[in-house]
Amino acid sequence: MIFTTFYKTYNEITLDKNNILRYMKAKDNASQIQSLIDECITLSKDKLKGKVCYSVFDISLCKDTLDLGFTKTNSKALINHLENCSKIVLFASTVGIELDMLVTKYSALLPSKAFCIGAIGTEAIETVCDRFCDDIATEYGECTKRFSPGYSDLPLDMQEEIFSVLDTKKIGLSLSQSLLMTPKKSVTAIIGIKK
Amino acid sequence: MDIRTYLKNNILFLDGSMGTLLQQSGLKPGELPERWNITRPDVVENIHKAYFDAGSNVVITNTFGANSLKYDDKELEEVISEGVKIARKASEKSNGKQEKFVALDIGPLGKLLKPFGDLDFEKAVEIFAKTVKIGVKCNVDLVFIETMNDSYETKAALLAVKENCDLPVFVSNAYSEDSKLMTGASPKAMVALCEQMGADAVGANCSLGPKELESVIEELINYSSIPVLFKPNAGLPKAVDGKTVFDVTPEDFAKEVKKQIENGVRIAGGCCGTTPEYIKMLVDATKDIEVKPIEKKEKTVITSYAKAEEFSFIPVLIGERINPTGKKRFKQALVENDIEYILKEAVNQADKGADVLDVNVGLPEIDEEEMLCSVVKELQAVVSSPLCIDTSNKNAMEKALRIYNGVPLINSVNGKKETMDAVFPLAKKYGGVIIALTLDENGIPNTAEERLQIAKRILSVANEYGIEKKNIIFDTLTMAVSADKNAAKTTLEALKLIKKETGCYTVLGVSNVSFGLPCRDFLTSTFFTLAMENGLSAAIMNPYSEKMMTAYHSYKVLHALDENCLSYIDFCQKTEEAQTGIKENTEQKANTLLYAIVKGLKEDAGILCEKLLESKSPLDIVNEDIIPALDKVGKAFEEKRCFLPQLLMSAEAAKEAFEKIKEKLPENSAKKSTVVIATVKGDIHDIGKNIVKLLMQNYGYNVIDLGKDVEPSLILETVVKYNAPYAALSALMTTTVPAMEETINLLNEKAPFCKVLVGGAVLTEDYAKKIGADKYGKDALDSVRYLEDAEKG
Repeated sequence: MIFTTFYKTYNEITLDKNNILRYMKAKDNASQIQSLIDECITLSKDKLKGKVCYSVFDISLCKDTLDLGFTKTNSKALINHLENCSKIVLFASTVGIELDMLVTKYSALLPSKAFCIGAIGTEAIETVCDRFCDDIATEYGECTKRFSPGYSDLPLDMQEEIFSVLDTKKIGLSLSQSLLMTPKKSVTAIIGIKK
Repeated sequence: MDIRTYLKNNILFLDGSMGTLLQQSGLKPGELPERWNITRPDVVENIHKAYFDAGSNVVITNTFGANSLKYDDKELEEVISEGVKIARKASEKSNGKQEKFVALDIGPLGKLLKPFGDLDFEKAVEIFAKTVKIGVKCNVDLVFIETMNDSYETKAALLAVKENCDLPVFVSNAYSEDSKLMTGASPKAMVALCEQMGADAVGANCSLGPKELESVIEELINYSSIPVLFKPNAGLPKAVDGKTVFDVTPEDFAKEVKKQIENGVRIAGGCCGTTPEYIKMLVDATKDIEVKPIEKKEKTVITSYAKAEEFSFIPVLIGERINPTGKKRFKQALVENDIEYILKEAVNQADKGADVLDVNVGLPEIDEEEMLCSVVKELQAVVSSPLCIDTSNKNAMEKALRIYNGVPLINSVNGKKETMDAVFPLAKKYGGVIIALTLDENGIPNTAEERLQIAKRILSVANEYGIEKKNIIFDTLTMAVSADKNAAKTTLEALKLIKKETGCYTVLGVSNVSFGLPCRDFLTSTFFTLAMENGLSAAIMNPYSEKMMTAYHSYKVLHALDENCLSYIDFCQKTEEAQTGIKENTEQKANTLLYAIVKGLKEDAGILCEKLLESKSPLDIVNEDIIPALDKVGKAFEEKRCFLPQLLMSAEAAKEAFEKIKEKLPENSAKKSTVVIATVKGDIHDIGKNIVKLLMQNYGYNVIDLGKDVEPSLILETVVKYNAPYAALSALMTTTVPAMEETINLLNEKAPFCKVLVGGAVLTEDYAKKIGADKYGKDALDSVRYLEDAEKG
């Protein structure tokens, strides 16, 4: 049984402006919005440092309880999601603290930029997760979509178990008492590997 | 033998990984490794012994995560004392003939400190102190602070060690691929911080293999006057046939680390993936290396969490604008606790080219201790420039130095015994490069020679306090030429003389020279040029002054300090653009203030408002231009014809106009009601809160912003203090809504006069009602509308 934490780094993250607009709940109906997005992408670009840490676990189902290798759960949604899977990849990912620093800087002075940079961060972390999932599929074969604590009936407090088993310190990720992740643009999730 | 003595003439070998071997022995996922000190002491002891047998001089106790966040007091005491006992036993049992030491291991807490995380600096110091005190009681030989990826946490740990024992302490950081710590500090910055705070060694461990850390080690060796430590991983882990392997072999590891020992590393070992085999290979490969003494480096460095500023031939520019002296608007900002105004001054100065920011918030009517601390904290979140802590209040100085994230400039001491006795011990404890004024009990001497004598005296007292010469820079005092025609001449002579005689760097607050004369910029910038020519190393100056910046860039070109004149050309282009750009904007884009605000053109709004103020009263502008513009945008937002980013840009443009109006309005002119705003305890998301704040300010409300992660009791206290009729609370997460409810209950009970508005992603109208809020704001505008209606009654 291995539970070593492995690492991957994703730089040069491609950003889709349409998604950024969507995360800002805005439409591209004015030149100011375009230039706001362009300006914020320039500010953010070299701050985005995608990092992922992950471990692989064997899983098994016993009645209503799913043993995930690092913890057990009764979440029906996750049990369904992982049907036909014998292994999972548990991962934590982040685009790094520098983006938070940028948001903090503008949050006090120009909330429009902070807001836009936040949306860029969301787009960036989603892209990092997509790329990671693709890499896992290449390495391990057919996979499920990613499933995070807080989705459906999977409790958010599973975060504590995830943070105790993955060596998230090395990607600079930490969990607060109220289960918030720092850096803010971070995702933890489970990918099922099909038999 | 004492480890400090041993280090003078020997290479010190550390151990390799503990975690890797514990896992091989069956440590389960998520299981706390330190518990094995109690449940599997035999396994831990064998690992320690194997390292001693392999030739390690130091084994590091199995206490990496032993802190009070993970263990209760009783268990903490137990895992640490058992951990030390096991290491001692291994030392006795090993046949190794080398000198043997046991180090108390201290790893990171796994939480990020404020302002980017939620752990308070003092709380971190307290947690580390607990671990240190137990280790000291168990008689460890030294303390090993390791794998820190944040300079602020490193400082907290080092401070905790220094405040609780005299043991030797090594500090080792985990650097990323870009040769920086996760939060931005460079090896140079970490050397400055650790050396100044009295660490016995500084280094790098974990994160990468020995090859990838080469440039980090090179920089550490270049800057450090204390031994450099190197404890890399055996590369990165890979899964091969269901087994974990590390990609650097013991042979390659020994070869690479040996190279760094030849380059000057004095303390070496291995981190993740290394085993006794790696250490044995390393010890064998390096036993014949001749040990060179460590050279003293005369480098003067100040730092912030992300930048290191080194003194050299190129003058360091210290922005002088964060200072209330002679600035009405700044005084008002201090009195009103308007931190945002101060932050804006900081960002603007940094944008204009200031390398360092002087921070002086001394005003008789405010609590300087509290204000200086909170300004320093806020600045550290917004600008990455190193700060110059400028105060004559000793307590304020100590508090600010303590929470400062890095090595600041300290402004200042002088030849008076009293100030030296007050400031030098603080600099010794917390670190800092000190500005020393060449005056004493008898005032400012009239000759350069007498100023030099004071400088020499200051150096000798500094030496008694253990402060190195390189960490003192001299200010030969700029006096107004209007009062004494020889003033500037004497200052310049003293500058040259002191630099030559002491070898120390120099600084001047240049602006004072032109006091009382017209066209001050001319005179000041010329004096600045002369001072640079006479050896000025840093200037406290106004970076907004184009003439000053021109003088600086020209000096660099003329002294061959600007390769291909690139920074000069860049400066000229920016200056030109700024001049023509504004003209273009005002002519082509916005003709009216109303239009500028509707379109969210911030610069235009400021300029147009200034123009309008020449012919219109401030209040008329607010009522006839700004508010109608905001209403127009607000309506479009509500009808979904424009979106949040546009609403925000308009609000920012309106704010810029308000800023101009504020300069014209009499002080304490009537404002609308007070709103106390905060993100609740446990929550650190504040964009939404800041958006609401901005809009409320636009509509003239007096908004007291308590920030994020705010205790319910502080919110209550502030509401009562200001007799505020409104409190606005934000929470983003389901896990922090209970804190919101707690705050509302407290307010309803103790301050029933206060109406509570709530907002945030997870809230709904129903839920807001259930937790007792008076108003659920579905967006920022909705909250403002509520206030406007309530005010009308």
